[in-house]
Amino acid sequence: MEELSEMKTPGETLVEIKNLNKKFDDTSVLKDISLDIHQGEVVVLLGPSGCGKSTLLRCINGLEKIQGGEIILEGEKLNEQTKRMHLIRQKIGMVFQSYDLFPHMTVLENIILGPRKAEKRAKKEVVKEAEELLQRVGLLDKKNAYPRQLSGGQKQRVAIVRALCMHPKIMLFDEVTAALDPEMVREVLDVMLKLAKDGMTMVIVTHEMQFAKAVADRIIFLDNGIIVEESDPQTFFTNPSTDRAKQFLNLFEFDAI
Amino acid sequence: MDFNFIREYVPYFIAAAVLTIRIASIGISISILFGLLCSIIRYFRIPILHRLIDIYIELSRNTPLLIQLFFLYFGLPKLGIVLSSETCAITGLVFLGGSYMAEAFRSGLEAIGNSQIEAGLSLGLTKSQVIRFIVLPQAISISIPAFSANVIFLIKETSVFSAVALIDLMNVAKDLIGLYYKTDETLFMLVSSYLIILLPLSIAFTLIERRLRHAGYGN
Ligand SMILES: Nc1ncnc2c1ncn2[C@@H]1O[C@H](COP(=O)(O)OP(=O)(O)O)[C@@H](O)[C@H]1O
Ligand SMILES: [Mg+2]
Repeated sequence: MEELSEMKTPGETLVEIKNLNKKFDDTSVLKDISLDIHQGEVVVLLGPSGCGKSTLLRCINGLEKIQGGEIILEGEKLNEQTKRMHLIRQKIGMVFQSYDLFPHMTVLENIILGPRKAEKRAKKEVVKEAEELLQRVGLLDKKNAYPRQLSGGQKQRVAIVRALCMHPKIMLFDEVTAALDPEMVREVLDVMLKLAKDGMTMVIVTHEMQFAKAVADRIIFLDNGIIVEESDPQTFFTNPSTDRAKQFLNLFEFDAI
Repeated sequence: MDFNFIREYVPYFIAAAVLTIRIASIGISISILFGLLCSIIRYFRIPILHRLIDIYIELSRNTPLLIQLFFLYFGLPKLGIVLSSETCAITGLVFLGGSYMAEAFRSGLEAIGNSQIEAGLSLGLTKSQVIRFIVLPQAISISIPAFSANVIFLIKETSVFSAVALIDLMNVAKDLIGLYYKTDETLFMLVSSYLIILLPLSIAFTLIERRLRHAGYGN
């Protein structure tokens, strides 16, 4: 995978996370996380399984109640209670490992549901945009198919398009290739690389290290609910400063054994 | 078999069948809506209300329709509430049917994973839009077999309406037997009436279920 050569200058802050604390019952899962995500930036979250990556994404999308700190999107504070939560979520696209397409709807219906019902946009215009997006990910011919008729990689590309059609300010990806057969991983990662090049702000959780290196502007390494290391991909992959990051990276190095 | 007798009294059965169908359709339609509402309240654990509904469902499922009707028809007037036979019949049917429908829909709702709801919320839909466009359509199609069994069950239950003096099929049959002792003919007409109502419905449901199975939702 080719690397994004040009260094981006960080845009203004889109998401501010300040001293975020998240507990499940009495166990702290995220401990005092502070993190700013800038316009157009691609942040890749790495870390061992169970360290809190999914939970962090879910907090950013308001799917989890938080016990401390705050999350601010474009100056507006996220709060599970707020009646505006659905409006805030319209600015955030999220793609899950398990695709979660709606099985009773065709591909096109899946994509236009949000724009039509949440944003009340005109059907004709939304369908046109949905078709253009499908074309871009090479799935226009599947627009009338049902999710069960698609391969995993196709489903995941549809899920990405479904989120994109809402014109999100930021996209969150949670291990979106983890459930895919190896030959389908590439087609999904390519779509994400293209998005990054187009300047989409993204937070990506992945175990594809080559991809992380290629797509990231910044790597955040989480362990046990704490940000242990934060650096540019070059530094992180060639010269990690903490032992925990070194150990983690070693897991992906077969020739090091 | 006295066919002249049958010919003479068939209109009574038709009238009674029309009444039964009318009350059953109203009662069952309301049961479906009420059951759906109950199952949604339980599914989302809406405070206080879901406790009340738990109690209602236990009460409704563990008492016979006959007793429920007696309560409505003979018990309520003592509290100053007088309901007509028809209102009693419909109310009784809804009280019974609501809980059965709620249980049928529950199995459908429980088959919808939380991830579907979260996927909908992530798009920026409101909770009620998620219920309407994502949860209900899937839950209902999963519930169709249990749901159709309940419709048939409730129609059969209408045979106790005569207890609240409604001129339904059972009541006509009882009267005719009492008046003329034409037991064979009367029972023949009674059974035929129920068959004519239930058989087409049963076939229709089977066809719908088969279609749904072919459509085969799910990833
Ligand atoms: N709904 C939940 N209830 C209780 N514990 C949870 C829940 N979700 C996640 N956890 C716990 O929180 C920790 C972080 O989970 P998660 O964010 O899914 O990790 P990751 O995505 O990095 O693998 C894990 O220890 C996990 O067991
Ligand atoms: Mg995870």
